[in-house]
Amino acid sequence: MPDARLVLADGSVFEGRSCGIEGRADGEVVFNTSMTGYQEMLTDPSYAGQLLTLTYPMIGNYGMDPAAEESSRTQPAGLIIREAAAFPSHLRSQGSLQSYLEARRVVGIEGVDTRAVTRRIRRHGVMLGTITTGETAAEALARVRALPGYDDANWVSTVTTGEPYDWDHASAGALYRVALLDGGVKRNIMRSLAARGCAIRVFPADAAARDLLSFDPDGIVLSPGPGDPRLLAGMIGEARHLIGKVPLLGICLGHQVAARALGAGTFKLPFGHRGGNHPVRDTVSGHITITAQNHGYAVDPYGLDPAAYVSHINLNDQTVEGIAMRSEPLLTIQYHSEACPGPLDNTVIFDRFVGLLAEVRGGVR
Amino acid sequence: MKPTSVLIVGSGPIVIGQAAEFDYAGTQACKAMREEGVRSILVNSNPATIMTDLDVADRVYIEPLTVPVLERIIARERPEGLLPTLGGQTGLNLAVDLANAGILEKYGVRLLGTPLETIRRAEDRELFRDMLATLGEPVLDSEICHTVAECEDAARQIGLPVVVRPAYTLGGTGGGMAFTWEQLRAVATSGLAASPITQVLIEKNLLGWKEVEYEVMRDGAGNCITICNMENLDPMGVHTGDSIVVAPSQTLSDKDYQMLRSASLRIISELGIEGGCNVQFALAPRKDVRDWMGDISAPLPYYVIEVNPRVSRSSALASKATGYPIARVAAKIACGKTLDHIPNAVTQRTTAAFEPALDYCVVKIPRWPFDKFHLGDRTLGTQMKATGEVMAIERTFEAALNKAVRSLEVGGRSLLWERPEWRSATELPKQATDERLWALMAALRRGQDAMELSRATGVDPWFLQRLLSIIAMEKRLLNEPLHPELLRAAKRCGFSDEMIAQLADRLPEQIRALRHEWNIRPVYKMVDTCAAEFDAATPYFYSTYETENEAAAVDGAGAVVIGSGPIRIGQGIEFDYASVHAAWALQRAGLRSIMANSNPETVSTDFDTSDRLYFEPLDEEAVRDIIENEQGNEAEPPASIVQFGGQTAINLAEPLRRSALPIIGSSAETIDTAEDRRLFERFLQDLGIPQPPGAAVTSLEEGMKTAQNIGYPVLVRPSYVLGGRAMEIVQNASEMVHFLAQAAEAAQGKPILIDKFLEGSEVEVDAICDGETVLIPGIMEQLERAGVHSGDSMAVYPPVHLDAAEKETIRDYTERIVLGMGAIGLTNIQYVVLPRLPGEGPRIYVLEVNPRASRTVPFISKVTGVPMVQLAVNAMLGRRLGDQGYPGGLWPERDLVAIKAPVFSMSKLIGVDSHLGPEMKSTGEVMGIDRTLSGAIAKALLASDLALTPRASVLLSISDRTKADALPLIHKLADAGYTLYATEGTSKMIEALGIPVKPVTKILSGGHPNVVDVVMDGTVQCVINTTEGRFTGSLRDGFHIRRAAAERRIPCFTSLDTAAAAIDALANASEYDVATLEEYVAG
Repeated sequence: MPDARLVLADGSVFEGRSCGIEGRADGEVVFNTSMTGYQEMLTDPSYAGQLLTLTYPMIGNYGMDPAAEESSRTQPAGLIIREAAAFPSHLRSQGSLQSYLEARRVVGIEGVDTRAVTRRIRRHGVMLGTITTGETAAEALARVRALPGYDDANWVSTVTTGEPYDWDHASAGALYRVALLDGGVKRNIMRSLAARGCAIRVFPADAAARDLLSFDPDGIVLSPGPGDPRLLAGMIGEARHLIGKVPLLGICLGHQVAARALGAGTFKLPFGHRGGNHPVRDTVSGHITITAQNHGYAVDPYGLDPAAYVSHINLNDQTVEGIAMRSEPLLTIQYHSEACPGPLDNTVIFDRFVGLLAEVRGGVR
Repeated sequence: MKPTSVLIVGSGPIVIGQAAEFDYAGTQACKAMREEGVRSILVNSNPATIMTDLDVADRVYIEPLTVPVLERIIARERPEGLLPTLGGQTGLNLAVDLANAGILEKYGVRLLGTPLETIRRAEDRELFRDMLATLGEPVLDSEICHTVAECEDAARQIGLPVVVRPAYTLGGTGGGMAFTWEQLRAVATSGLAASPITQVLIEKNLLGWKEVEYEVMRDGAGNCITICNMENLDPMGVHTGDSIVVAPSQTLSDKDYQMLRSASLRIISELGIEGGCNVQFALAPRKDVRDWMGDISAPLPYYVIEVNPRVSRSSALASKATGYPIARVAAKIACGKTLDHIPNAVTQRTTAAFEPALDYCVVKIPRWPFDKFHLGDRTLGTQMKATGEVMAIERTFEAALNKAVRSLEVGGRSLLWERPEWRSATELPKQATDERLWALMAALRRGQDAMELSRATGVDPWFLQRLLSIIAMEKRLLNEPLHPELLRAAKRCGFSDEMIAQLADRLPEQIRALRHEWNIRPVYKMVDTCAAEFDAATPYFYSTYETENEAAAVDGAGAVVIGSGPIRIGQGIEFDYASVHAAWALQRAGLRSIMANSNPETVSTDFDTSDRLYFEPLDEEAVRDIIENEQGNEAEPPASIVQFGGQTAINLAEPLRRSALPIIGSSAETIDTAEDRRLFERFLQDLGIPQPPGAAVTSLEEGMKTAQNIGYPVLVRPSYVLGGRAMEIVQNASEMVHFLAQAAEAAQGKPILIDKFLEGSEVEVDAICDGETVLIPGIMEQLERAGVHSGDSMAVYPPVHLDAAEKETIRDYTERIVLGMGAIGLTNIQYVVLPRLPGEGPRIYVLEVNPRASRTVPFISKVTGVPMVQLAVNAMLGRRLGDQGYPGGLWPERDLVAIKAPVFSMSKLIGVDSHLGPEMKSTGEVMGIDRTLSGAIAKALLASDLALTPRASVLLSISDRTKADALPLIHKLADAGYTLYATEGTSKMIEALGIPVKPVTKILSGGHPNVVDVVMDGTVQCVINTTEGRFTGSLRDGFHIRRAAAERRIPCFTSLDTAAAAIDALANASEYDVATLEEYVAG
C-alpha cells in the first residue's frame, strides 16, 4: 500500500499507509473508543462529514457482515486506524475491511499512531483534517485551512431520506404506528421498534409536522443524525408542533432538536462523546447504565421549559443525557438506546416509549 | 450500610490455581478499607505476602485458615463484617464453613460482598443450573453424580466424550475429560475423591468451542458494569488458567460481544453479588473449524460454563490489563459505596461507574513448571498446572505475543524456538501442551495449512493467521538485507533484537546499535482505562514502536527496581514482596521508584505501588530501553536495583555492567564472586572459612573425575540458577552421567558445581550490610536433614539446636563473608552445621552465598520486626545502619517460635516425582507462629493441611544413635494412644519396652507390607524417621519413606524433638495461642 498521511488543521502530520482507496478525504477528525463495532460505526450517518479515528488498534478482525449495516452506505468521509486486519475470522464474515472500503470507495489510512491523534484531539478539541496520498504535508495543510467549517454545514440534508418510506421489516400485524423524522437514522432503531410491534414510516428531515401527523401515528421518533442542531431551525419548529400531540421519543440529534424546541440551548463539546462506555444516571431512579454515544454537541438546559426536566445525566462530565416532561408523553436521550455498536443496557427506553404509546391510546389498535 | 470493622480472609499458601493474585486483591482491599475509615482485620497463613505486613491492615493475624482459629479471631476482634470474596476459593469455602457452624450468627458477623445463598448457587451445580434456567440462559447438558455408577449412567445419556467437574475444588482438581469408558471410570473416581462433598458434574464436552470470560462488577444499588472481556487462544477443554488469553476479545463481533456482556450482567444481578464476579462462556466456533457443529443461526449459540462469585485470577489479570482496580472497587462496594461514588483512581476525574476502553492488545501466557519437572505430564486439560503467568501489552497481537514469550523466561526461548526432534518429525504435536504455541509456529513454518491446523486444534484461524504474519516477518529478516524500514517493521511486530540478530545473522548488540543509528526506539504509552479519552495520571506504561512517547523522563533522582517475573517454583511471591518493599523504601528515601515487571498477579505491578510502572519483559533489551527512556537528556542514567527480583534480576547485573549502567547495592563483581565457583573457593580459602570440597566443571569427564576425587555422595547443581533447579544428590558414577547431562542443559553453558554432600543441619541467614556494619536479623534452622532443598524444608526461627558458640561462629563467618565480598544490601548465606565432636568446637561449612534477597526475607522481616528491605535499600543509597537505628551483629531473638512450612501442589501434577531432594518442589509456604515450639508446629501443620488426628498410627524408623533419645517420645506416643508401626531394629527396641508394636520391613524387596506400603495404603498417618550422621543405607531407606509420606501428604519428622513437640501439640489441638503478629513480635 502506498504511503498516506493525515494532516490536521493545527499543522500536525501523522504518517501511515493508504487503506481503502487512494485519494483525499476531508472532514472533522473525531475519535471513537469502542473496541468492537467498526462496521456499525462506518455506516452510522452521524459520522457524515467526519474523519473517524478508531482508538482500538486492530480493526477488521471479524470481517464484514451485511447484518451489521446501520444504513445503506458508509458515512464517515474517511477512516483513520492503526491496522486493518488482513485476515478476518468470523462465521458471518463476507470479506475483509480492505475489500469493503475499496468497494465503497472509502479513503482510509492505517499504520497511524491513533493514540497520538486521539490525545491531540482531546487536548485541542476536534479539528478539520485530511487523509491524503500523493500530496505534500504543506499542500495538504493549505487545503485543510481553506476547508469550510464543519459546524457551518447542514449535514442532515446529506443523509436524510429523499422520500418517505415504510420500514419494510415490520410485522404485518403491527400494534402501533410510528412516524420517524429521519435526521440520519440507524437501522437498529427501526428494528427495535418493529420488534415491539411498531409499523414505521420514515419521513425526510424537512417534512412538516402535519405530514407526520397525517400518517395518524401513535408516536413520533426524532432520529439521531450529524451536525450542529442550531442549523435545523425548520426541524425544531416542526418539533414544537409535534410535542404534546402524541408520545415522542428523541434520540441523540432528535433529543437536541426536542430540547431546543422546549427552549433549551445546545453547544459544541470540545471533543464529543464517542464510544460504548459512558455512564449515564437516570435522575429519577438513580440507576446507572452504560451507554453507546456518538455526539459532538450537547444540550444546555438553561431556558428549558419548566414543564420539562433533565431525566438523565452523564456521570463523566455531568452533561444532559435526556429530558422528559412532567405531564406530556415525551422522552429524549442523548445516547443511543439502539446500541449497534455498544452495550444493550438501554433497550428499556424503547419499552418505555412503546409503553407510552399503549397508555396514551388506551388500548391496542 | 458501612461496617465499622471487617475481617478479610486471605487465600493461604500459594498453590497451583491460587497464586499471588490474592495478595494483590487483599492488599488493595485493605488499602480501600483504610480510605473508607473501616477497621480492617486480616487473617492469612502465608507470611510471604504484602497483605500480612503490619501497616497494610489494622490488625494482622498470620494464623491457620481453619474454622476454630477463625472463631477465636472473631471472638477477639468482634468484626461487624466478613469479606470472604478476596481470598480465592479458600476464603469462600471458609465463609461457608463458618456460616454452617453457626459462628457468623453467634457473633453477629455480616457476610459482605456475596450472600451465602449466592456462594451456594454458584458452587452447587444443581442450584447453578436452576438459576440459569430461570434467567433463560443456555444450560449445558449435564448430570450431577455422587458415585461412579451414576457417572456412567449420565455419560450414557449425554454421550462420550464428557467432562468430569468435581464440586467445590480449586483449579478443577481431580477433574478431567473422558473419551472412553475406562477413562470415565478413572476420572470419575479421582473427581469424586477430590470433591469435599463427593459430587461431580458430568457434562457435554464442548471441546473446540471458543472460551470467553467477562469480569463484571455490581454495587449494592444494583448498578452493573463489565470491566473487561477476554478470549482464550486455546479453545474449551484447556483450563482457562492454562490457556493463552487475549484481552479484549478479538474474534467476537459487536453483536457477539454485547450478547455475552448482557448475559453476564443478568447473571450477576440475579446472584445479587455486591462486588466482582467472573463469568465464563463457551461460544460456538466457526462452522468450518468444527464441521460437526449443527445449524448455527443468529445469534451464535453459547453456554454459561462457570461463575466465580468473587475476585479471581482472571480479575487480577483484568485489573492489570485495563488499569481498573477490581479488588479495590469490590472492597469499597462491600463497605456500602455505589460505583458512582467511587472515584476512578486512574483519571481522577471520572468515577468507577464506567467500562474501560483498551487501545492496545493484552496477551497472557501461563508459566508452567515443566522445566523443573521434566517427567511431568505436559498435557493441558481441565486441571490447571501453571504456577504463574506473564502478561504483555502492545498495540497488536503479534507484538504482544512476542513480548509475552520473552517475559516467560523459559531458557531464553523466543517464538523462534523449536524442539530439536520436531526437525525430523513428519507430524507436529497438536494436542494442548505447554509447547503447543511453538508447535503451531513450527507447523505453519513448514507450510501447513492454517485452516487445517485450526480444525485439528480448535484454535481460531484468526490467531493462526497472526502467527503466519510473524512467520512472514521471520522470512523477510532471513532473506532481505536489513534496512530501516524492515527493522522498524520487525520491531513493530514485536521481534526482539535477539530474534532479529538470529535471523539477520548479526549480534543483538549490533541490532541495538543499528536501531539507535536509525532512530528506531520504543516509545511508552499509558494504560489509562479510557483509550486517551480523558487526561490520566497513572504512571503505568508499556513499550511500543509508535511515534508519541507519553513517558517523558521526569526530573529528580530515581532508581529502577527489577522485579521477579512470573511465579515459578523456586522464585515465588517472596521476591515480589521484596520488590514492593524496595519501591516503597526508595520513595521513603525521597527517590522516584521505577518498577519493571511482567507478572500481572502481583502487588508490584499495581500502578500505585511505585512512581512509575513499566509492564515489560525482564530481559536485557527491555531493561536497557527503560533505563534509556528514564535517562532522557540527563548525563547519568538512573541506577538499577537487581537484588530483590530473584535470579531474574540478578542475572541482569552482568549485562547492565557490560553496558556501563549503574547498579546500586552489591556490584556485578560481588555477584560474580559468589557465583563463580573458583573465585568463591579462593575467597573462602583466603578468609579461612570451610566449605565442602568440590569444584566447578564444564565437561562430563571433568565432572566424573571431580566426583571420584571428593567421593560420593555428591551434590550436583548448575551455577546461576534459583530454586535448586536440576540439583541432585548423586550416589554413584552411573547416576552421575545422567544428572550431569540434565544439569548441563539447565546451566545453559555456565559451569556445573559438584560438592561433597555433608549431612548435618542446615542453617540459613539473611544479612544486611552497609559496607561497614553487618546486621543479621535472624537465623533460621531447617528441621529436615540436609539435602532437602531449603525451600522445601520446615524451618524454625529462632534455631532450636544451635548453641551459643555455633551462633557466634555463624555471626563471625557471615560478617567476614559479607564484608569480604563487598556486598551492599542483602546477602543470603546457607550453612551446614555438623554434630559437635567431643571436645571440639563448632563444625560449620558454607554451602552457598547469594548476594541478593532470598525467599526467607518476608518471613524473617515479619518475625523479627526488622524492616530488612528498607534497611538494605537505605544502605545501598549510602545510609549507615547505625544512622537508621540498627546496630551490627545478631539481632536479639524474639520471644516467639515461628515455623515456616512448605506447601506442595503435587496432586495436580501427574507423573511428577514428589521425592524431596535438593531441587525445590514446593509452590508456597505457611507460617505457624506461637509462644512455644509445639504451638508453632501445630499451627504450621494445620495451616499446611497436614494435621494429624489423635490416636492415629505412626511409623517409626529410628537410627541406632538416636534410639536412646527416642525413648521418651515412644512412651509419649504409647500413652497418648497412638498405634505404633516400626522398622526391624526399632520395633525390637519398642517391644523390649513392653509396648505393643507392629513390625514392618524396610527392605523393599523383602515382602509386603514394607515401609512404603504402610505409608502409601494409609495404614499410618505420620512418619518419624531419624538417620545416621553418615551417609549409609539407612538414609537410603529413609528416602523411600519420606518420599512416600510427601506423596500421601502426611507429616514426616526427621528430628525427635520436633516430632515430640508436634505430638504434644496435636494431642491437644487447642493448646495454641491466637494473637496478632504485632502481639507476638512485641513479646
